[in-house]
Amino acid sequence: MSLFAKDDAHLVTQGEPLLVETACAKLSARNVNVFYGEKHAIKNVTLDINCNEVTALIGPSGCGKSTFLRCLNRMNDTIDTCRVTGTITLDGENIYTPKVDAVYLRTRVGMVFQKPNPFPKSIFENVAYGPRIHGLTSSRSELESVVLTSLERAGLLEEVSDRLHASGISLSGGQQQRLCIARAIAVSPEVILMDEPCSALDPIATAKIEELIDELQHNFTIVIVTHSMQQAARVSQRTAFFHLGELVECGGTEQIFTNPVHRLTQGYITGRFG
Amino acid sequence: MNSRIPPTPLPSLSIQSAQSLRARIRRRHVAERRFRFYGFAAMFLTLAVLVLVFVSILSKAYTAFQENVLSLTISLDSASIDSTKGSTTGQRNPLTAEYRKLIQTALAGLFPAVTDRHERHLLFSLISEGAPYALRALVTRQQAKIGGDRTVDVLLSDEADQFLKGHITAHVYETERKIKDLQVTWLKELQARGLIHSRFNITLFTAGDSREPELAGILGAVTGSFYLVIVTLSLSFPVGVASAVYLEEFAPRNRITDLIEVNINNLAAVPSVVFGLLGLAIFLNGLRLPRSAPLVGGFVLSLLILPTIIIAARAALKAVPLSIREAALGIGASKMQSILHHVLPLAMPGIMTGTILGLAHALGESAPLLMIGMVAFVVDTPVTLLDPATVLPVQIYLWADSPERAFLERTAAAIVVLLGFLIAMNTIAVMVRIKFERRW
Amino acid sequence: MHVLTLLAVLFCISLLGFRISQGRALLLSRTTGLHSLPYHHGQFASLASLLPGLAVILLWSLLEAPLALWLALDHLPVPPNLADGEVRLLTAEISNMAAGYGGRQDTALLAAAWHYRELRETSFTVAATVAVSVSLGGLVFAWRRVTPSYKARNSVERVLKIFMILCSALAVLTTAGIILSLLFESFRFFVHVPFTAFLFGLEWSPQKALHAEQIGAVFGAVPLFTGTLLIASIAMLVATPLGLLTAIYTAEYAAPHIRTVAKPLLEILAGIPTVVYGFFAALMVAPALRDTGAMFGISISSESALAAGVVMGIMIIPFVSSLADDIMSAVPQSLREGSLGLGATQSETIRRVVLPAALPGIIGGILLAASRAIGETMIVVMAAGLSAHLTANPFAAVTTVTVQIVTLLVGDQEFDSPKTLAAFALGLVLFVVTLALNVIALKVVRKYREQYE
Repeated sequence: MSLFAKDDAHLVTQGEPLLVETACAKLSARNVNVFYGEKHAIKNVTLDINCNEVTALIGPSGCGKSTFLRCLNRMNDTIDTCRVTGTITLDGENIYTPKVDAVYLRTRVGMVFQKPNPFPKSIFENVAYGPRIHGLTSSRSELESVVLTSLERAGLLEEVSDRLHASGISLSGGQQQRLCIARAIAVSPEVILMDEPCSALDPIATAKIEELIDELQHNFTIVIVTHSMQQAARVSQRTAFFHLGELVECGGTEQIFTNPVHRLTQGYITGRFG
Repeated sequence: MNSRIPPTPLPSLSIQSAQSLRARIRRRHVAERRFRFYGFAAMFLTLAVLVLVFVSILSKAYTAFQENVLSLTISLDSASIDSTKGSTTGQRNPLTAEYRKLIQTALAGLFPAVTDRHERHLLFSLISEGAPYALRALVTRQQAKIGGDRTVDVLLSDEADQFLKGHITAHVYETERKIKDLQVTWLKELQARGLIHSRFNITLFTAGDSREPELAGILGAVTGSFYLVIVTLSLSFPVGVASAVYLEEFAPRNRITDLIEVNINNLAAVPSVVFGLLGLAIFLNGLRLPRSAPLVGGFVLSLLILPTIIIAARAALKAVPLSIREAALGIGASKMQSILHHVLPLAMPGIMTGTILGLAHALGESAPLLMIGMVAFVVDTPVTLLDPATVLPVQIYLWADSPERAFLERTAAAIVVLLGFLIAMNTIAVMVRIKFERRW
Repeated sequence: MHVLTLLAVLFCISLLGFRISQGRALLLSRTTGLHSLPYHHGQFASLASLLPGLAVILLWSLLEAPLALWLALDHLPVPPNLADGEVRLLTAEISNMAAGYGGRQDTALLAAAWHYRELRETSFTVAATVAVSVSLGGLVFAWRRVTPSYKARNSVERVLKIFMILCSALAVLTTAGIILSLLFESFRFFVHVPFTAFLFGLEWSPQKALHAEQIGAVFGAVPLFTGTLLIASIAMLVATPLGLLTAIYTAEYAAPHIRTVAKPLLEILAGIPTVVYGFFAALMVAPALRDTGAMFGISISSESALAAGVVMGIMIIPFVSSLADDIMSAVPQSLREGSLGLGATQSETIRRVVLPAALPGIIGGILLAASRAIGETMIVVMAAGLSAHLTANPFAAVTTVTVQIVTLLVGDQEFDSPKTLAAFALGLVLFVVTLALNVIALKVVRKYREQYE
C-alpha cells in the first residue's frame, strides 16, 4: 500500500537523504522493523541522523516516534516482547549485533525522558552518577569540575550553585528536566535523544529548554521527538514525519513545513488530523 | 542564559580512554552476572530449604502409617470368656473375662521354653497394653463366636514395633535401648515363622491421645481442630465483615477512624502469645469459661485473625468501583441496600479468600491455645463445644516432647496431616480467587 | 429447661413476629401505600423480639454464676478477713460440690452448696421468664408499629448499623483488653517483685520459690532479654540477606514464568505452622548441629540458640522477601530507565538507584520481621532451652521471654502466685517492645508509600 503519489516516489528517502547539507550521518537506520509481540509497531523505516544537528521526529500520537527513538540507544532491550530487525549504525557500526555492548552504546548515545526523572539523590550526585559508574574521572576534583561544567551547559548552574547537595526532587519541573539533561551530558555522549522533553513542562520552562537545545547542538547530535509542530519548527534543522509506524517524509525543517511533498504530511501540519 | 561558551573539554573518548572504558565495562558485566547469580542462589537456597523441610518430615512420617501386628491363635474357650470374676451380681459377663491372660497363654504357647518369670515378663511386654481391650471389643462385637480357637491380629508394643521398622537397632548396647536381646531374638523368631505382618495404621486416625504410642491417634485433636475452626469462622467472619463494611463505607474520615485503622494494623502484628494472655485473663479468669474448651479457643483465635479479615475485606470492598454504588443509589436504593445487595456480593470472593487464609493461619496456631489450657492430656474426643479438647498443632507439640521413640514418627505423621489440611485450604482460597475474582 | 431450648423458643417468637408483622403490612398495603416493604416490617418485628431476649440471656449468663456464689457464700459462717486465695478455694469447693464431685464433709459447706444449686436453678427460671416476656413485649411493640408512615426499613438499617459499629469497636476493645489485662496483672506482680528488680535483675530462677509466701524465687529478666535478642539476631542475620537477595531476584531479574512459580512457593514457606518449624528445629536441626560440632570438637548444646535462631530465620525469609519485593516494585520504572539510559548495568541500577530509593520501606520491613522474631513462641519453646543463662554464645542454650511466658503458665500453679503473674509482666514487656517496633515500621512504610503513590 503506497501512501505516496506515484510521481513523488523518487523523492522518498531510500538511501541518500534529499537536500543534504552536512555530509556526516551520525546515525543511519536502514529497513528497521519493530515488533511488540504480534503488533508491528515500526514498518520498514530508513532514516539518517546528521551530526551536530537537531532532527525532529513528529507525527500523531501512537505513530511510533518514541518507539523508533528508543531503538537508537537500544532501550527497547528492556522490554521482553520487543523485537527489532534491520540495521541501525552509529558512525558506520551496526549497533544491533550481539557483539555491541548496550552499556557502552549508551555512553555514546544518551537519553532524556518525557517526564523528568531525577534520582532521589542530591543534585550533585545526580549529575555525578554517570561519570562515577563509568569511571570517567580519576579524582574528586575532576568529578566536581565535570559536574559543574555539565550543570553550566545545561543552564542550571546559576540557579542551584548554592544548593548542590539539596535533593534533585526538590527542584521545579523545568529545573528537574534541565538536571536530567545535565546528567545526560556529564558522560559526554555524542548523541542526545530527547523523548518529548517539554510535554510535562510549562511554557516558560519549555522556552528555556528550547534555548538549551539550540546551544547544545553545536557539540552534540540531537534527536527530539515532539508532538508540537511549532517546537519542531523552532528547534530542528531536519524533520521526519511518522504515521502509523511508517516514515512518510523526511527533509529539511523549512521544506517540510512550508512545502511538504506528501499529502499526509500536508494534512498533519495543516491540522486536518492528528 | 549562557551564550555560546567554548566547550570545556569533558572527558572525551580518546583511543586510550576508550579502551580502558571498555575494559571497565567488561568488569562491570562480570559483576552484573555475579550479582544476578547471588540473587538466584538466594532464591534457590530458600526453596531448597523448603524442600528439605518437607522431605525430612515426610521421611520420618511414612513409617507411622504402618503398624506391626502378631497373628496369635487364641483359644476363646467358654470357661474363660464367661467367667463371672469381678461381677458383683454373679451373672455371666463377657466383659470381665481375663483377656490379657488369654493372649499371654497363646504367646507362651509359641515359646514353651521360656519359663523364667523375668523372661516371661519380657515376652509378654512385646504385646501392646491395649491388646486385651481390643480383643474384648472384638469378642463383645461378635458374641456368637465364643468357643474354639480364633486367629487374631494382636497389636505389638511400641518398642517391638520400632525395632521391626528399623528405628531401634540391635547394634546399640543392650543397656542403652529399651528392647532387650532376648526380645530381639523372639521377634526374629516370630518373623521367621511368618506370624508378624504390618498393616495400615488405622489406630492413628481412629484413636484419641494415649500414653502408649501404639495406641495414640489424632482423632481427638482433629475433632478439636474442626470445632475450633467452626467457632472461629462463625465469630470472626460476621464481625470482621461488618467492621470492614462500616469502616470502609460508613465511617466518617476523622481522627477516631484513623485511630481505629492504626489499631487494627498494629493488632495484626501483635505476637500470638499476647492473645493467649488476654484469653487467660479475660475468658478464663474473668468470665470463668471452662478451660481447654474449643469455644474459648475459638474466642481467642477469632480475635487473633480478626485484623487479617478486616484488612482483606476492606481491600476487597475498596476494589469495587464507585460506579456500582452510584448506579444502585441512582435507582433509589438506600446506602445500606446498595452495599448489602450490590457491593458486598461483588467483594465476596476477595473477602472469602482472606477469610480462608486467616482460618488456615488459625488452624496452625498453637501458642495462645497452650495458655488457655488446651495442653492438657485429653483422651476423649470432644462431643460438644464445651468439652475439653486439644487441637492438632498442640498435639504435635505434646508428642514432640514425649520421650518414646515411637512418637517421633507419629508426630511427623500428624504434621503431614496438618500440612495436608493447610494445603487444601490454601488451594481452595487460590481457586476461589482465580475463579471468582473480577478485575475491574 | 436448657439454655438451648430457651434460645429455640426465642427464635420461634421472632419468626412468629416476622410473620404476623409482615402479614399485617401486606394487608395494609392493599389499601394504602406504605413507606417500607412488608418484609421490612417483618424484619423489624423479628429484631425487636429477638434482640431484647438475647440481651437478657447474655446478661444472665455473665452474672448468674458469680452472683449465686456470692449469695451462697453469704450464708456461710466465714471469718471476715479471709485471704483472697482462701475465698477462691471455698467458692471452688462449693461449685464442685454442687456439681456432684464430692468434697469435704462439712455440713455448713454442704448447706452452702445446696443453696448455691437452688439459687442457680431458680435464677434460670427467672431469667427464662424475663427473656420470653421481654421478647413477646418486643413483638407486640413492633406489631403495633405496622402503620403506613412507619419507616421500618430505616429502623432495621439503623439496627444493622449499630451492629456494625459495635463490631468495629471490637478491635479497639481488644487492644484495650490486652493493655488493661496485662497492666492489671503486671501491677499485681510488681507488688511482689519490684519493677527495677524485674527489669534489671540478672538472675532468673522462678523455680526457687518453695511456696507462694517465700520469695526465694528471683525474677530478674535480663537473661531473658539477652536470650531473646541473641536468637532474634541470629534469625535476622539469616533472613535479611537471603530475603533481600531473593526479593531482588524476583522483583528485578526473574522472568515472569519463574516469578509466578517462585512467589507462591515462598508463600507456602510463610504458611507453615510454627510447630512444624519447632519440630524441625528440635528434632532435626539441633541434633545435626550438635553432631557437627562434636566432629570439630566444639561443644554445641542440643538446645543451642543457633538451631532455634537459624530455623526462625528460615521462617522469616518469606516475610522479608515479599515485603521487600512489594516495596521495590513500588519504585517507579522511570527511575530505572533513567539509570539504564545512562549506561548503567542492571545490578548497578539496583544497587545505586532502586535500593537507595526503597531503603526506608525496606528498613520498615526489616523492623516488622524483627518484631515477628521477637514475638515468636513455638520454635523457641521446642528448640531452645529453659534455663536462663546470660551469654552471647550462640552454641549455648538460652531461654527467651516467650518460652518463659509459656512455661510459667502451662504448669499447675494457682493463678495468683508470683510465678504466673510474672508471665503477665513478661507479656507486658513483649507487647510494648513489639508495639514500638510495629508502630515505627508501619509509619516508615506509610511515609515511603506516600512518596510514590
